[in-house]
Amino acid sequence: MTTTDTRAGQRRSLSEWWNNLNRPTQWAVMIPIVLLIYALPWLNPPILTTEPGYDFPIAMFEVARYALIAIGLNIVVGQAGLLDLGYVGFFAVGAYVAALFTSPDSSLAKLPFLAVIPIAMAITMVFGVILGTPTLRLRGDYLAIVTLGFGEIVRLLADNIEPLRGNQGFQQVGHPPGTNADGSALFNNTDGKPWYVLTVTVIIVVLLLVGNLERSRVGRAWVAIRDDEDAAAIMGVQTFKFKVWAFVIGAAIGGLSGALYAGQLAFVNNQKFDVVTSMLFLAAVILGGSGNKVGVLLGAFVVAYVPLRFLGIAEYKFLIFGFALIILMIFRPQGLLGARQRLLTYGRQAYQRLLGKGEQISHDASVSSDRNGGVK
Amino acid sequence: MSRARFGRVLALAAAASLALGACAARNDDGGDGGDEAQQPQASAPAEAANAADPAGDGNAKCDPNTTLAYAGTINGQNAALGQNILNGVKLAVNRHNDANPDCQVVLKEFETEGTPDRAPGIVTQVVNTPEIIGVVGLPFSGESKAAGNIFDEKGLVQVTPSATNPALSENGWKTFFRGLGNDNTQGPAAAKFITGELGAKTVCVVRDDSEYGVGLANAISAELGDAASCQEKVKTKQTDFSAIVNSIKSANPDAIFYSGYYQEASPFAQQLYDAGVEATFVGPDGVKDDEFVKSAGDAAEGVYFTCPCVPADQFTEFTEGYKQLSGGKEPGTYSPEGYDLATILLKGVDSGATDRAALLDFVKNYEGQGLTKSFKWDEKGELAASTVWTYKVEDGKIIRNTEIKPD
Amino acid sequence: MSIYHQMPGLLLAQDDGWIDFNVSGLVDQFWSNTVDGLAQGSIYALVALGYTLVYGVLKLINFAHSEVFIYGAYATWFTFYGLGFRPGPTAELAIFELIGFLFLALLAAMAVSGATAFVLERVAYRPLRNRGAPRLVFLITAIGASFVLQQLIFIWRGANPEQAIRLLRPEPVFEIFGATVTNITIIIVVASILLWFIADTFVNKTRFGRGIRAVAQDPDTATLMGVNKERVYIMTFLIGGFLAGAAALFYMMKIPQGAWYQGGFLLGIKAFTAAVLGGIGNLRGALLGGLLLGLMENYGQSLFGGEWKDVVAFVLLVLILMFRPTGILGESLGKARV
Repeated sequence: MTTTDTRAGQRRSLSEWWNNLNRPTQWAVMIPIVLLIYALPWLNPPILTTEPGYDFPIAMFEVARYALIAIGLNIVVGQAGLLDLGYVGFFAVGAYVAALFTSPDSSLAKLPFLAVIPIAMAITMVFGVILGTPTLRLRGDYLAIVTLGFGEIVRLLADNIEPLRGNQGFQQVGHPPGTNADGSALFNNTDGKPWYVLTVTVIIVVLLLVGNLERSRVGRAWVAIRDDEDAAAIMGVQTFKFKVWAFVIGAAIGGLSGALYAGQLAFVNNQKFDVVTSMLFLAAVILGGSGNKVGVLLGAFVVAYVPLRFLGIAEYKFLIFGFALIILMIFRPQGLLGARQRLLTYGRQAYQRLLGKGEQISHDASVSSDRNGGVK
Repeated sequence: MSRARFGRVLALAAAASLALGACAARNDDGGDGGDEAQQPQASAPAEAANAADPAGDGNAKCDPNTTLAYAGTINGQNAALGQNILNGVKLAVNRHNDANPDCQVVLKEFETEGTPDRAPGIVTQVVNTPEIIGVVGLPFSGESKAAGNIFDEKGLVQVTPSATNPALSENGWKTFFRGLGNDNTQGPAAAKFITGELGAKTVCVVRDDSEYGVGLANAISAELGDAASCQEKVKTKQTDFSAIVNSIKSANPDAIFYSGYYQEASPFAQQLYDAGVEATFVGPDGVKDDEFVKSAGDAAEGVYFTCPCVPADQFTEFTEGYKQLSGGKEPGTYSPEGYDLATILLKGVDSGATDRAALLDFVKNYEGQGLTKSFKWDEKGELAASTVWTYKVEDGKIIRNTEIKPD
Repeated sequence: MSIYHQMPGLLLAQDDGWIDFNVSGLVDQFWSNTVDGLAQGSIYALVALGYTLVYGVLKLINFAHSEVFIYGAYATWFTFYGLGFRPGPTAELAIFELIGFLFLALLAAMAVSGATAFVLERVAYRPLRNRGAPRLVFLITAIGASFVLQQLIFIWRGANPEQAIRLLRPEPVFEIFGATVTNITIIIVVASILLWFIADTFVNKTRFGRGIRAVAQDPDTATLMGVNKERVYIMTFLIGGFLAGAAALFYMMKIPQGAWYQGGFLLGIKAFTAAVLGGIGNLRGALLGGLLLGLMENYGQSLFGGEWKDVVAFVLLVLILMFRPTGILGESLGKARV
């Protein structure tokens, strides 16, 4: 796996340089980049812009939404190594919860949108437990197919259960409070900017939380399970428990992004929760590099942005992503950026004291690591 | 059982025994001596002499930046419908521009893929393009629900040639105008046609899971009352209907109303036919398409359609122009509507309404004859008067049948 | 005849509750649904054989097998079209012409599906095998391949299904407990079972079949014993493809509007469910699972209503995988000869 051509070498040295920086310096580099990312919809940079085909701020929200989904799915697929083909089900649950509690079309009590977000996450987590407890005893491709089945069941239920209004959908889904200068709602479906800022903020918070989780016992357990479940079990990792945790945390983030999606669109119906959408989510994670948070952000950007930037090829997006998946799996199964693990709590301080240099990272690729077949 | 259908089966058998190659049976209206009053085919409305012509008087002057837009599906799912409309719109704009050298209106096309999650981004882009002063579009009800308010916020007039969900006009959008009757006009009219002209006592209403299918099925079921003896549900993209066919067979209705689109209607109609179900098959505008006739094979013959659209057979000038533009294709469902609505917007431009507010005002107060009907909108954006026609399949072609007159 | 006592149930479905248990409907239409379920189930069984063979030998869920199937459906359609038939009413043919044309379509469908499976194996899976990639990588590649195959049709033929061309109209042949059995049903069921029998004999009785079973049991030992592993893999994909092609022709006879770019997906998932239901890797299991699934789907549909058809299949899939992942007959192609 370790290629020694110069490009890889440069990348290695770049990441080494980054890891050798101390925290404040890292922040000093990061903050301008983050600010730049925040400012994107206002800057509307000429080459990057999706106009005149597609409204740029809304396109950026779309990208941010995919990024959030990819982070959530990455916990399940990249960290814990559980191939989930029905992740869109959680996304759908989040969107529907948001719609049910805020839209005038639903008969349930109306709640403010911001209060609905935690409810949506909680309910999706419950769904995660319900789906995870029975299915996570399966491994590998069996798990993949069973999650696919569950994803489809969620979609079909949304179709068949009358109070969920099938294709008719819910209009006027709620949004966060706040008004513009002219008194109109700040968060509406024509202006992507507030939604983008909100979502990017959510992404940063989620990234910090997930990063901490990874460096904790939970994260190490996930990596152990992913790399060799039997070995992990022998070493005393309660594999089932941690798998359910991965599933549930991933589900919560899926629910969160679903709720944001429902809010921005202000309309939810059953049209976009199909297997194909689920595959696009998965493509984002795999393309970028499952197990690598920066990688999946990159993957989400590619999957969400490219069809909007080049509307001419939007028709071919599934073909292109299909080819990309095949080629990537053959030549670079770890994705554009492979998985890199920071496994130690206080690892930075430990390495600094022991070796006098920055944190060492275990380089390995999540999906490509179980060489001997995951299912036994 | 329907005598007409029986006659058709006999004729088919006779034809089969006579001919070797593929041949279609003929349905002689009323010729089988049944007691069901088969009304004679109504004459199609001629191209009204006073129908609005996009060419105008040829002296119109306007800013060369004046832009109209079509927003809707172009290559996405159910793209045929979008193409029908877009070609109608294009025809109107081309005729206008040919006749008026000093007023060249630009037509921009926006692809929404027909889905509610893609539409808002596109529509936001449309309303943020200042040159665009009027839009023909959002053919589907779902995307209209998701994005209609955006037009309203920016005061950009939106005329839809095909979104028929009744709730759309209940949102208080000042910019929404519907160029045809909604499901609440088609549903009762279809019910009247099935129980009256077709003389059916029991009707099985089959709905797909689309918003259109569900809304229309509710409208017709309410009107049918007890005559709606069974209700069945199918899924979009379903191809095997055996269990539903079996239960319809045992319910044995006089007529079946399929509330949905042609993609599912064709295999469904065929499987009903194969199973020997003899009820008359009736479909709405979503089924009325040549695709259905081709794809349902033997089962297409004798199928009826209801549609809030006017037969285009007599619109010879329109049909010729359309064929030239579309490379020989006949105008499809909603092509004349697209043409009419674009014409209204163009007349507005010619009259000097060259900004959004003025054009919106023009459409709001518009009153005039078009190819398909006379246009005048109420304050909700619904047509003051709309017509529903019935069609049927004869010799493998969709031909007009009768107009359903409101009571 | 017996509509009246089932009407309260039907009306209930409209008024309240979202599931309606129409028991009388199930009883009334039991035999019709059985006949239709067997026909549908035979098609599932043939496609399921492809999943089962590949899984048995490679321990790989060939997610793109549904596309192998739909390519066969397109081959059928184009054969009919090429023979000069056009969409519209069913053609009237003399019996020998009909048999000849159908046989031609069968060959074309089998050839195209087999070729698709072959290319899939060579282009997508073989490079991975050479690199010793883990199984999830295979699955993701399969998903990618499935997308590519599907989208190629979409770009070429568009989103609309091909307009139906049909050579043979279903005619009632006999009745069983009030259920009509048509000529098409008979052809599908008999031909499917025959093909299954041939495949089963091939795997269990021939020398090559012994090779397949040997590789399924232990690829390394089989190689040591002189079995050409690569040839076995190719052969499994080819057999799976041939059977899927045949299934495609039968499917097109039953549902002539079936050729469209996403038409394989649902059928593929269901055939996979059938394979798992019977015991994946087990040829007899595939037949049993296919027929059972076809039946249950139809019974479920008449019990709960048409909109629950797919839910029945998916719930069944989830339940089997959760409680008996080895299926009814147990997995393992290696022991197929017990």
